[in-house]
Amino acid sequence: MATGFFTDTTICIGCKACEVACKQWNELPSDGFEFSGDSYDNTGSLSGTTWRHVSFVEQLSPEPAGAEDRWLMMSDVCKHCTHAGCMEACPTGAIIRNEFNNVFVQPDICNGCGYCVVSCPFGVVDLIAKVNEPRHADYNDATLNQEREHTSQTALQGSGGVAAKCTLCYDRQKIGMVPACAKACPTESIQFGEIEELRERASKRVEALQERGLPAYLYGAGNEGSVGDLNAFFLLIDKPEAYNLPAEPVLPSTRQPAGYVSAALTAALLTLLGLAVFKGAK
Amino acid sequence: MPGLGTSFGRGGATNSLQDLPNADCILIEGSNFAEAHPVGFRFVMQAKERGSKIIHVDPRYTRTSALADLYVPIRSGTDIAFLGGVINWVLQNERYFREYVCAYTNASHILTDKFQDTEDLDGLFSGLDEPPRVSDSLPSVVMYDRRTWKFEREGNSIKSDPTLQHPRCVFQILKRHFSRYTPEMVESICGAPREKFLEVCRALAENSGRERTTAFAYALGWTQHNTGVQYIRTAAILQLLLGNVGRPGGGIMALRGHANIQGATDIATLYDLLPGYLPMPSALRHEQTLAGYLKNHTKRTGWWVNTPKYVVSLLKAFYGDAATKENDFCFDYLPQISGDHSELPTMFAMKDGAVKGYFVIGQNPASSVQNAELARAAMERLEWMVSIDSFETETASFWNREGVDPSTVGTEVFFIPAATVLEKDGVMVNTNRMLQFHDKALEPQGASKSDAWFLYQLGKKLKALYAGSADAKDRPILNMTWDYEHEDDRERERGEPSVNKIMQEINGYYTATGDQVKGFTELADDGSTAAGGWIYSGVCPDKHTNLARSRTGGSGVSLGWGFAWPANRRLMYNRASADPDGNPWSERKKYIWWDATSGRWTGADVPDFPIEKAPNTPADPNAGGIEAHSGADPFMMQIDGRGALFVNEELQDGPIPVHYEPLASVTPNLLYKQQHNPVLRQWKRRDNPYNGAVNPEYPYVLTTYRITEYSGGMTKHIPWLAELQPAAFCEIDPVLAAEKRIRNGDWATISTAVGEIEVRALVTGRIKLLSIGSGERVHQIGVPYNFGRLGFAHGDTSGDLIPLSMDPNCSIHEAKALTCNIRAGRRPRRDAATDPIDLDVPEKERTSEGKAMLHGTYHDFPHENPTCG
Repeated sequence: MATGFFTDTTICIGCKACEVACKQWNELPSDGFEFSGDSYDNTGSLSGTTWRHVSFVEQLSPEPAGAEDRWLMMSDVCKHCTHAGCMEACPTGAIIRNEFNNVFVQPDICNGCGYCVVSCPFGVVDLIAKVNEPRHADYNDATLNQEREHTSQTALQGSGGVAAKCTLCYDRQKIGMVPACAKACPTESIQFGEIEELRERASKRVEALQERGLPAYLYGAGNEGSVGDLNAFFLLIDKPEAYNLPAEPVLPSTRQPAGYVSAALTAALLTLLGLAVFKGAK
Repeated sequence: MPGLGTSFGRGGATNSLQDLPNADCILIEGSNFAEAHPVGFRFVMQAKERGSKIIHVDPRYTRTSALADLYVPIRSGTDIAFLGGVINWVLQNERYFREYVCAYTNASHILTDKFQDTEDLDGLFSGLDEPPRVSDSLPSVVMYDRRTWKFEREGNSIKSDPTLQHPRCVFQILKRHFSRYTPEMVESICGAPREKFLEVCRALAENSGRERTTAFAYALGWTQHNTGVQYIRTAAILQLLLGNVGRPGGGIMALRGHANIQGATDIATLYDLLPGYLPMPSALRHEQTLAGYLKNHTKRTGWWVNTPKYVVSLLKAFYGDAATKENDFCFDYLPQISGDHSELPTMFAMKDGAVKGYFVIGQNPASSVQNAELARAAMERLEWMVSIDSFETETASFWNREGVDPSTVGTEVFFIPAATVLEKDGVMVNTNRMLQFHDKALEPQGASKSDAWFLYQLGKKLKALYAGSADAKDRPILNMTWDYEHEDDRERERGEPSVNKIMQEINGYYTATGDQVKGFTELADDGSTAAGGWIYSGVCPDKHTNLARSRTGGSGVSLGWGFAWPANRRLMYNRASADPDGNPWSERKKYIWWDATSGRWTGADVPDFPIEKAPNTPADPNAGGIEAHSGADPFMMQIDGRGALFVNEELQDGPIPVHYEPLASVTPNLLYKQQHNPVLRQWKRRDNPYNGAVNPEYPYVLTTYRITEYSGGMTKHIPWLAELQPAAFCEIDPVLAAEKRIRNGDWATISTAVGEIEVRALVTGRIKLLSIGSGERVHQIGVPYNFGRLGFAHGDTSGDLIPLSMDPNCSIHEAKALTCNIRAGRRPRRDAATDPIDLDVPEKERTSEGKAMLHGTYHDFPHENPTCG
């Protein structure tokens, strides 16, 4: 059995309940309080402490008639790839595929080497350094607020140097509960379930939307190249890049054969060159 | 909600959120539904999935607009012009639901020949020539003499013309009144593109009638105006004309601003109401005795013939055995209001030194009210304040603000930590008028206590302090029933009252046996019953049942989930879902109908009609109560049983809505000579300066709102929420930003006559550049109100930009349509020692001691319809 998420961006209302529910359940700290000016997105991206992230894509003109006006919202998450780059790169075996076929980081085995971070084609995995003081401590009532800041940091405080990302709420699944983000989503934009069933539901949904004239398609259900199917896939209505998703995610290891060959060639060439130079020097 | 109350009879949302998926079209206007009510918005999304058309009309392109099928931009403060335009289009193109209009509204009623419309008087109704004198010290209070806004009567019957042809019948008056609200005029006033406006008209008309229904949803974008009540009236008129009231997928959803705001108004946190929308006795009317009060507030016809039963039962609940027929059931214990004691005018009285002490429970006026600096300065003049909240609020620490030396503030502040909702038992009444019980999930943290604990213990302490007193003035406290000891030993030891006992008292009981009443129809006016809030009667029909706890769900109406007042009806006025003969208007919209075999009304819901009153029952105008209504008059609460296209004398500012510009606007009124609501309330003091009607110094429209990341001004203390919107900001369009050299993310300072605030700028195409009049460009600036000095996400509050002015009907302030200026950069530091907002105003400008608070409302006319809320 494999479980995953189907995130339908056409009914996402951008409420960010998924972000908050995720942080609350997983006891992740806030990432600081910096005004980004990037639409309503102030948390920026997925990170070691933000495992659900809602992006806001404004495609609007200030003209009142604005027929093309769109404000796209999309809740991003770890894709739980079939061929997971992070898992391949992990030298300690900390990253495994658990009984729900989800890609799971075991924090007690992870040594914090960070190979997984660069191996994720989606930029999802992140290292959590020790949780530091908040980035912005210039509150008006500094003492009171810092006190609160400390009480909000629990699970990951001081556990520095581990890779962290969405666990698909492994602990909740173990006891038959729906992951926190899906549970909190008020419009069922985030759906959790058995992956085959989700894919079926999603293709029906795509058909229905296409009938209504929407350019809907699935991202991560059968066409994502070397990473394989994504166990967290998305229904989109603009090209992937608009949502900050790679159009063709590539598993780093697929570049390895070419890499080895070119390394061998380079070595051979250098050897020859060295021999030639030393020969010439004689 | 006097808008809904006067139109239909009750001041609550007509339908439920769960009913929205039945709508074929949903018009969301004056509400940012998706952001302010994200959980309820799921039902809008369900409707959309079923193919309903979702329309959003709003000054800003919001997350609601993003999900709607059609977004129509509009200049803030012009919704009456917009909806008036739709009404005109519906009438001119004969797209109203004629059978419904003739049978279920007062369209055919004929007005007296003394009534003059705004068409006759260039924006005014008859009755303003000689305003009744209110007080010599009040030159600025203007009010209508509303005696001409009446139907012509023959004996006890209202004259009417069923053909709707009589020139003075409501239908013709309405047609004439709205005739100048043409599509061209709508475009010119609202800035909404004409084609989009017409698309709305067509969508509403196509989705109304026998087979289809359209629902409206509004929230504070309609109410917070000094013509706010009339905004809702315009929607009510339109829904009545389209035949959408009392039917599934129709009606008007009043989306409440906070989790329990419906409950708070039901059980009367408003100063002029007793529980169950009974008016507070007034010293300004002849109602110092129970008889006088009942004379003013009992109607001869309609449901309010029952007022005495509810008032006497309430007094019995308050004062128990001490309340007897001989002593008027202790009616004289009740305080009498002597003016407008609502929250905001009280701030002026406080500033002028007339208020000594202040309880602030679960509220944060120093951050959230209009003219917030005035409120903070007013608190300095208090002797003491008790602030009860889960976090230290800006109110509790008003003395520690910018520009003030705390050592100069003499107010003694008591801060009581409050338990959060998860830490106490209680009941929430949601926007569906539905009571839902919640159990305590956690013990309160630290020293925090429930609000109920505080009030219960305060009552007990007061009783102890007065014990043994023989002084008559102390009887109200000594005789107050106050026995809510908890059933559970541990809770009782802690001093927590029993929520169950409180609910049972609200439900009502027989005074002789103590048995619960099963519903408000069992209440009596002879002292044999007691009920603390008659509209909730039925929620605890016996000692062991609390229907607010029931959780039998399912699809459809789900009568087994919670308890909705009145009498567990989910869709109010549902008699109108059947035609006059009692048959469903259509199979598709079948809901409640007359079953001739059993001689009863039946269907999916609890019928909002006498269950055995046949559709062909004739009206008896000479009888009292609802006998005066026929079997085809669906609006039981109304004196004539009809939905009100025309409201008689209940509203202060007119029987039919009129588009006036907001008090501060960027344009003259293009429809009438009269610029703004002639009877709105203003406070012309130097600590409450106004921008002026059309002032070039303040050339931009300013509007305020909340954002989904926060609930009011409290949740900015939660880091997980604060990181999502970490700073106070404004939203401006790219053209204005370029003109003012304000870059995205930079600081900007917004100013009005009241003050200045600094916020970060979010430059966005979601703020539309409108053109109005003969092509004048209008920039709008949006500012979320959720911020304040404290919390993780802090910043200036929009309340510091807004002077206080109010609607004359229910003291709602203007916070949505204002004017301002903007510049790049930060503001100078505040100095309370020189700021006119903080300084005392001269004696002659003062409005305290209740003097200038004597507003017209209570002077001449009784509340015809006690449904404010």
